[in-house]
Amino acid sequence: MLWAGLLTASAACYLLKLAGLSLPARLLQDARVQRTIPLVPIALLAALVATQTFSTGHHLVLDVRAAALGVAAIAVLLRAPFLVVVASAAATAALLRLL
Amino acid sequence: MSQARRGIVRDALGIGIASGAYALSFGAISTTAGLSLFQTCALSLLMFTGASQFAMVGVIGAGGSVWAGAATAALLGARNALYGVRLSTLLGVQGLRRAGAAQFVIDETTAMAIARDAPAESRFAFWATGAALFMLWNVGTLIGALATHALANPKVLGLDAAPPAAFLALLAPRLRAREPFAIAIAAAVVALICLPFVPAGLPLLIVAVLVALYGVFRLPASPGAESH
Repeated sequence: MLWAGLLTASAACYLLKLAGLSLPARLLQDARVQRTIPLVPIALLAALVATQTFSTGHHLVLDVRAAALGVAAIAVLLRAPFLVVVASAAATAALLRLL
Repeated sequence: MSQARRGIVRDALGIGIASGAYALSFGAISTTAGLSLFQTCALSLLMFTGASQFAMVGVIGAGGSVWAGAATAALLGARNALYGVRLSTLLGVQGLRRAGAAQFVIDETTAMAIARDAPAESRFAFWATGAALFMLWNVGTLIGALATHALANPKVLGLDAAPPAAFLALLAPRLRAREPFAIAIAAAVVALICLPFVPAGLPLLIVAVLVALYGVFRLPASPGAESH
């Protein structure tokens, strides 16, 4: 089941890349399509940040992950490299759990 | 090799090394989410688009269904279709070369290709960046997954708290104007409001539908703005 989902999603991502190279440009050059598609990752990434920080299952919770996200936000504002942002969040969560 | 091309190779390697480090965290997060070593490496080889991969394993790790993860990954991959449109005339590839080039159509290769003035340099930048990224992304994934696999309990290292930080780092560069910022805040609020009432993973799809409706119906289609 997990493999089926992974392979389906991979195929979908590949076909989207191929579609851009292959389809007649006018299909995707519609102004509304051009302006809407870049908004999708913004909304999805923001929703992922929120749900994965402030929930467990179906419950809204506030725990060490919120502090970890705060530290990650500071790292992002300081223009830290990707790995530093992720590692600082993980380290924050690990340290707070030790307290 | 011309000076311009040496500069391109240098930039491509720089981007490749940065993304290799980023792939380390993907390998670690994916393993922590419960994917096997093979599954983690297969995603980097076959999906090869960072935000989609992080979303896929993030949703699975948070207890969502694999299909909710797959849908989110595909929605995040939709932007690559727009990159393909911009690249298709630049690259001018057909047949098998096009099938191969397609796997390299991502943020970084597009940015590198469209930054060049001469078409030949654009093509060179696309292939050089794609090759460097593909190699180092997959090596980084393997190392990250192997290292995490060796840990008895990755949660001790706080790796379960890493995905939101990864998503934030991917989101931040897209927030340099008022509208995207407002959309991000609204999406976060809507997702949290829906979350207690719908199956896991569905809040993301609700947010995707709402933002698509917003994009299609709320933005004025001002003529001239689309020509570029």
